[in-house]
Amino acid sequence: MSEPLVLGIETSCDETGIGIVRGRTLLSNTIASSMDEHARYGGVIPEVAARAHLEALQPSIETALAEAHVQLEDLDAIAVTSGPGLAGALMVGVGAAKGLAVSLGKPLYAVNHLVGHIAADIVTPDSDPLEYPTIALLVSGGHTSLLHVRDLTTDVELLGETMDDAAGEAFDKVARLLSLPYPGGPEIDRAAVDGDPNAIRFPRGLSRASDMAKHRYDFSFSGLKTAVARWVERCEASGEEVPVADVAASFREAVVDVLVTKALAACADLGVPRLLLGGGVIANRRLRDVAIARAEAAGVTVRIPPLSLCTDNGAMIAALAAELISSGRRPSTLAFGADSTLPVTEIQIAESQAEDAA
Amino acid sequence: MCRLTDKCAAGGAREREQDLPERSASKHDYPGEVILAVDTSLGTAVAIVDADGRRRADASSPDALGHAEVIGTLLQQALAQAGDEITRVVAGMGPGPFTGLRIGIATARAFALGRGIGVVAVPSHFGAALSILEDNPQIGTFAIVTDARRREVAISVFRGLDADGIPHLKSETVLVPRTGAEAYLDGLDAREVTSVDAAALGRVGIRAAHAGRELAGAEPLYLRQPDVTMPGAPKRVGL
Ligand SMILES: [Zn+2]
Repeated sequence: MSEPLVLGIETSCDETGIGIVRGRTLLSNTIASSMDEHARYGGVIPEVAARAHLEALQPSIETALAEAHVQLEDLDAIAVTSGPGLAGALMVGVGAAKGLAVSLGKPLYAVNHLVGHIAADIVTPDSDPLEYPTIALLVSGGHTSLLHVRDLTTDVELLGETMDDAAGEAFDKVARLLSLPYPGGPEIDRAAVDGDPNAIRFPRGLSRASDMAKHRYDFSFSGLKTAVARWVERCEASGEEVPVADVAASFREAVVDVLVTKALAACADLGVPRLLLGGGVIANRRLRDVAIARAEAAGVTVRIPPLSLCTDNGAMIAALAAELISSGRRPSTLAFGADSTLPVTEIQIAESQAEDAA
Repeated sequence: MCRLTDKCAAGGAREREQDLPERSASKHDYPGEVILAVDTSLGTAVAIVDADGRRRADASSPDALGHAEVIGTLLQQALAQAGDEITRVVAGMGPGPFTGLRIGIATARAFALGRGIGVVAVPSHFGAALSILEDNPQIGTFAIVTDARRREVAISVFRGLDADGIPHLKSETVLVPRTGAEAYLDGLDAREVTSVDAAALGRVGIRAAHAGRELAGAEPLYLRQPDVTMPGAPKRVGL
């Protein structure tokens, strides 16, 4: 099967994503987000997200099919995110995927969300094929991971990840410190427009020489958040007006600096002149600009899928499964669940044995 | 749906009783119907019943966890036992622990979507109640009690079958603290159940469908709002 038609279901966080691909061709990328429901709480509430997934799944599947002009019977396989992510949210997708696969009598592929973010590149329209190996930096409200991708379907290594908050979470928390609404990323961006990114030198987490031995590619943003809080408090205590634009710009600079520095260090250390960016925080213009400029200086090519494929979506899940199918992988058994901490090395979950494959 | 309000909790079930004439279910026959019923409000229960309500397949796991892991295999087993032809799906809508409950509903809806057939939403307590009424048709007013976690129970009070053969719900399903359940039940025959017979749920569903009745809406019977804390002022970290 060279051009498998796959429907992917993604429910790991607050987006209900249904994607349909034919091989490496994107046919539909339907996303229903519950972000508005989380806004008043200042962060994703897992139970609210799970309820929204259950509501959104069926209409989203119908929308995606209509957009792709395909019928369920035409599908070659169903794909679903098994993890990592919010357990209760993931389980809604897993239940739906199993129901759909058994109903249609189609094979089911349970796949890794993080590796899915890399697969988003493959279905990016009008792009050259992804070259291996590549370093991938995935940044969102749920994860901040640096990966060494030698082969999308067989060989992905975790170089480092956040030890505490995800970068997107740090944006949300600092936005709150500055009395800006949720989600924090775009708000910080807006506030930072006239700010000086070098006004305040906020700490770069895990970047001291003493940290680098053990955490060369790991991230930490909770110290940065505390530093911003302390700075703002000190400012208020002394009766000065908080220079929101400078704080926002300087905070953002600290996040961007540490992300790009570590990603390019991985490229240099491993001799990989390619960097792939993914995850919702890639929407941050400053992050993209700094990454592109500094990568160019370092002789590293940067790839960034369109934003609709960077944020969590079902198309990347379908794309990963299509690659697995094309490379001859057997479907998953039906006996898998949601794994909120699924390691990135598990690209496909519960692949069936040769003898029990249908 | 009745959230746990003061009115619901304090009233006591017995006071709202009003005796209805006992009616037995008429003979039901739905030619050609084959119903797949799925419920994950307690364990994971999958059954297939035929037009006469007879159980053609049953695959279930009593485990109160692991719904996502087992649901696909149980579905496949049920279809293998009864044959692949399904004309309608019945989904148990709870009450039950949310995370597990949703899995069965998601599975039921996706299965129905795959076949282009309809889903009938049935409160899970109706299935449990029908099982008890079928085993013991003479039973008077009784309550289905299920664990709702957090030291609470969900209670629905039933009496007999109505004209459509559906258990007659006498007072809306409520959440009550376990310690207050006895006072709420006020001596009623209480049946605490730890599993739902999906075949019985399927029978309720087909009877409701043919009577043109909706026993539940599209939203699961959560009976409880999500836990959220509104963000206050940021905590001070100290200078
Ligand atoms: Zn993601």
